[in-house]
Amino acid sequence: MTALLSFKDVWVEYGDKIVLERINLTIEEGAFVSVIGPSGAGKSSLLRLALGQEAPTRGTILLDDIPLAPECGPDRGVVFQHYSVFPHLTALGNVMFGLECAQSPLLAKLTGAARRQAREEAAAMLEEVGLKEAMHSYPAQMSGGMQQRLAIAQALIKRPRILLLDEPFGALDPGIRNDMHQLITRLWTDYKLTVIMVTHDIGEAFKLGTRVLTLDKWRHDPHAPHRYGAKVVYDIPLERNKQESLSQDDATQPLSIVPDDAGITIDRFDNN
Amino acid sequence: MRWVNRHVSRSRSAMMGAIPIVLLVVLYLVIAAERHAANPSDKILPLPGAMVEAMWGLLFVPDQLSGRLLFWADTLASLQRLFLGLGISTLSALLVGLLLGLLPPVRATFGTLVTGIAVIPPIALLPILFIAFGLGETAKVALIVIGIAPFMIRDIAGHVAALPREQILKAQTLGASTWQLMIRVALPQVLPRLIEAVRLSLGPAWVFLISAEAIAADIGLGYRIFLVRRYLAMDVILPYVAWIALLAAVLDMILVWTNRKAFPWAHGGRR
Repeated sequence: MTALLSFKDVWVEYGDKIVLERINLTIEEGAFVSVIGPSGAGKSSLLRLALGQEAPTRGTILLDDIPLAPECGPDRGVVFQHYSVFPHLTALGNVMFGLECAQSPLLAKLTGAARRQAREEAAAMLEEVGLKEAMHSYPAQMSGGMQQRLAIAQALIKRPRILLLDEPFGALDPGIRNDMHQLITRLWTDYKLTVIMVTHDIGEAFKLGTRVLTLDKWRHDPHAPHRYGAKVVYDIPLERNKQESLSQDDATQPLSIVPDDAGITIDRFDNN
Repeated sequence: MRWVNRHVSRSRSAMMGAIPIVLLVVLYLVIAAERHAANPSDKILPLPGAMVEAMWGLLFVPDQLSGRLLFWADTLASLQRLFLGLGISTLSALLVGLLLGLLPPVRATFGTLVTGIAVIPPIALLPILFIAFGLGETAKVALIVIGIAPFMIRDIAGHVAALPREQILKAQTLGASTWQLMIRVALPQVLPRLIEAVRLSLGPAWVFLISAEAIAADIGLGYRIFLVRRYLAMDVILPYVAWIALLAAVLDMILVWTNRKAFPWAHGGRR
């Protein structure tokens, strides 16, 4: 396991409001990192940093030991809660998009043999996420769960170094969410993915992750609450073999808790 | 049952839609007949017979001076101006709208200018157009373009800028360049909106067309109406107005139909 993505003393500030402070993190290849924390604690800011949508105010972010440009690139895939598929393309077109962009810089359209090959590759990827039957449907004809499956397939066809998930299952009902958990775990294992997932659902974070990060403000100035940002208050590695333990009840699993330097303990049955 | 919940079937809705139109026609006929009973040579509200007679000459008898069938020549000239104006406006709206909406530096540079042009009343520019382009076709087409293009550009730019940020980011994580984003993500998604913008601009485009023709032209639907106005020729004006309304309605229907057929994804996937 080698370090894939590292944050070195990263701060995010908007004006005089500090959102994240002193983030020092190393994410290893093959990790499934769940990020939880209360609303406004900078979970999404952290993801935006990794995505390159935003640059840190201070500090550096390294991907494979190279500083990350503040721009999205094909080495990082992303799935948002909403709007991450293109409504004007069919499922197949959505998945082929990444291949077309890479192979045809001018028109982003393929013809002939290249097109057939891209089609086959995309079709295989759609089958992988269980959308074989819906290959020629438009997103508007799909349910929320199917759209998220499509968004995942679309991202995975580029074989990204890291897959970033921003509350990907937040809008789905519990049954579908469970199916999606199994899907993402299978893909994570099969494709040896590195995943960072932001979620509001603590159960989901512990169920899927090999490591759970909790972001929160760790000190509070009542006169200027915006002057202290959030940092990683718990960093909990979960030593479990995900492939086998997925179906088991999480509450019965022993959690190995490594508190941060603050020395706070966590109530694991009534998680925050 | 509450009125908001009353569903009207298709056939019934067509019937209900016809009622006010028929009533209006009947009302017109009654009043016209009354006026003619009092004054047989009344010109203000002509009877249908008089309209047919007046239009017959324009439709089927060549004009003594030019040898043209005036009604068809008028229609052709007006539609040509209208389509040229609409075409130029649509293309520029697509091009400028995409650039303005998608590229922040372009928006910062030209956004204010486009807004500034859009708030000038186009008719106020008509004298300038006549001075610059003469009294020919160019000035009339230019008036239509100046009248509707800024609105369309702003509409398209706004629509592109309102595309979800997530889509733009996602496309970049899939390796799309700015150019690829423009032609594969923004352009196709803005096309249904473009057709909608053309539809909404049809009304103003007709206004500018008729205005330009009324002021300086020697042929055209607007020219004819304003010409025969001098003789109180309501028997020509009314059929011409009805004809303009029919043309506008047909264009509108064609655009709606095209939008539904060409972009099923924008209508819930239904065809």
